Amino acid sequence: MNILKFFTAGSVDDGKSTLIGRLLYDTDSILADQLEALQSSNRKNDDGTIDLAILTDGLRAEREQGITIDVAYKYFQTAKRKFIIADTPGHIQYTRNMVTGASTANLAIILIDARNGVVEQTIRHSYLVSLLGIKHIVVAINKMDMMDYSETVFTAIKEKYKALAQNLGLKEVTYIPVSALKGDNIVQPSTNMDWYEGESLLHFLEQVDTDLQDKTTKARMPVQWVIRPQTDELHDYRGYAGRVLSGTFKVNDKVTALPAGTSSTISKIEFFENELEQALAGQSVIIHLKDNIDISRGDTLVNSSALPIESKLIEADLCWMDTRALDTSIMYIIQHNSKTTKCKINEILHKVDINTLEKHTADEFKLNDIGRVIVKTADALAFDLYGDNRANGSAILIDSRTNLTVGALMFRASVE
Amino acid sequence: MSEYNLDYLDELEAEAIHILREVAGQFEKPALLFSGGKDSITLVRLAEKAFRPGKFPFPLVHIDTGHNFEETIQYRDEMVARIGEKLIIGSVQQSIDEGKVIEQTGKNASRNALQTVTLLDTILEHKFDACIGGARRDEEKARAKERIFSVRDEFGQWDPKRQRPELWNIYNGKIHKGENVRVFPISNWTELDVWNYIRRENIALPSIYFAHQRDCITRNGQLMAASPFLNMDDEDLVESKKVRFRTVGDMSCTAAVESDADLIDDIIQEISESKISERGARLDDKVSEAAMEDRKKGGYF
Repeated sequence: MNILKFFTAGSVDDGKSTLIGRLLYDTDSILADQLEALQSSNRKNDDGTIDLAILTDGLRAEREQGITIDVAYKYFQTAKRKFIIADTPGHIQYTRNMVTGASTANLAIILIDARNGVVEQTIRHSYLVSLLGIKHIVVAINKMDMMDYSETVFTAIKEKYKALAQNLGLKEVTYIPVSALKGDNIVQPSTNMDWYEGESLLHFLEQVDTDLQDKTTKARMPVQWVIRPQTDELHDYRGYAGRVLSGTFKVNDKVTALPAGTSSTISKIEFFENELEQALAGQSVIIHLKDNIDISRGDTLVNSSALPIESKLIEADLCWMDTRALDTSIMYIIQHNSKTTKCKINEILHKVDINTLEKHTADEFKLNDIGRVIVKTADALAFDLYGDNRANGSAILIDSRTNLTVGALMFRASVE
Repeated sequence: MSEYNLDYLDELEAEAIHILREVAGQFEKPALLFSGGKDSITLVRLAEKAFRPGKFPFPLVHIDTGHNFEETIQYRDEMVARIGEKLIIGSVQQSIDEGKVIEQTGKNASRNALQTVTLLDTILEHKFDACIGGARRDEEKARAKERIFSVRDEFGQWDPKRQRPELWNIYNGKIHKGENVRVFPISNWTELDVWNYIRRENIALPSIYFAHQRDCITRNGQLMAASPFLNMDDEDLVESKKVRFRTVGDMSCTAAVESDADLIDDIIQEISESKISERGARLDDKVSEAAMEDRKKGGYF
């Protein structure tokens, strides 16, 4: 059994929280006492049934206002998979929350209200999915019950979305007609839409092949911590602890430590009390090298035959996440995996109107703005392009005045 | 990160180890909050996997309400001796003796709420800048929205509206003097994941997690262990029941469930079929719909 992390894009009005509530409810992931709390709440649907949306609205302010402000993580599992849902708000003022939720997801569900079809919000959400590099998209066309479960309605929306997907370069798109409120095609196949021959949403999520995400084979491991017990029996022990970002490291592989550029050979890979022949992407291990070279936290071990880009001048997409606007005259801190260094945003190349996808020049960058910039870093970063390697192609910006995370960066090119 | 060759427990474990090593790398004086419960016991195992054969780069900290299950304290002391790491104890009794908090009275009196003061004092005394805890997002809906690196102001308060965005696997641990960060490495685990991991790793637990015969009384519809820490009166009928505990907290607020599950396989079976969530057996969450949110804002774990 493995894990599928997905996120849901849509607004309150599209029935997003209801869709998630329905997935949890119909997979028996709601427990009796939670259900009791739900039933005793005074929010009900028009027909008197339980409002499943309450399940995901975690904070008091959200319950009071009936909106989703933050990212809420929900968990459920079936016999086939464990699922982690990032439930994010869909409104434009919560773009940063959506970017946050999407950053760790391998699949996105884009919700479309069958009554409205492809609207501005759909374009915005789909753009964010392409920006964040999520490979699998499910377009869930919801509220089919309110459109008499019409195939014509479904097909018209599907055709319209296809054009958008092509424009954005989204390849793996699956279309499912659903009613979250009534439960059609969420867990059980609907009996109201005989014309639909595809799978229910849950069935699709259970079997979708997620290997498509980040297929890079280039071995990368940022060093987080150097383990040196310095005891009598382990006097010379020196292990580099980290999590493999991508690719595979094997014993006897030639590796290079960046930024120093010194090379050595892997002598041993350890995981707790075991020695491993290889360390796969995703594993947290300890790597030992044959030579005693100077490596510390913030350095990256890479396979010597597939070096990453090293640069101090990087073209990147930036999503601004703070209420205080970007200031191109000050220094920020950039955090790329375990490495932090100072940086400046040298230039704003363009900003994207995420409702229309038009690019235009801009002098300022405010909360929820997205666009292309040039970042100049104090120390060179060893990175890959985001499109090739999400984990090694992303970074955050920190404002050293407030220590807040103010920006998300996706590396697109080296300028040098 | 393409993690799909990994089993789900391996992936959760690798993520938690990554988070623990980030704490080691980013903070000057971290601590691991150890309650003696299964979640913090799991954290200790994860810390062993993150840092052995080296020492932990942090001590264990136990906030001791004085109303413990004996079995928990025994377990704690044996475990600390086995792993050879430092244990710091913050005492709620001492906070009471020093007049910093006042013992609750009445039938539902509990020291649960008092722990927050002792915790904050302990953080201050030792100048901890990061406290690792075993909270999970599946426990409660306010927790579902909390970050893995969750910043607290100098009063220990969590501000849910000012949480930092947490992207990819990058954790921003930068703080101002006086602030500290609560770190939750097993945020993405469910109760069942923790039990499956404990089974896989063959981790020993305090005996109260397994079914045993115990004198209990019924309070507010829940089974409580009869103890000197409960304010009992003539209306409380003491009955011997076969029970186990799903969480381990203060004796005055942790309810038991009737159970015959005395092996870990039986417990996993029972949880898989159970219709009551784990925190449903915690009276402290029952105060209002926003009980946990309010306590977290006040500095609780």
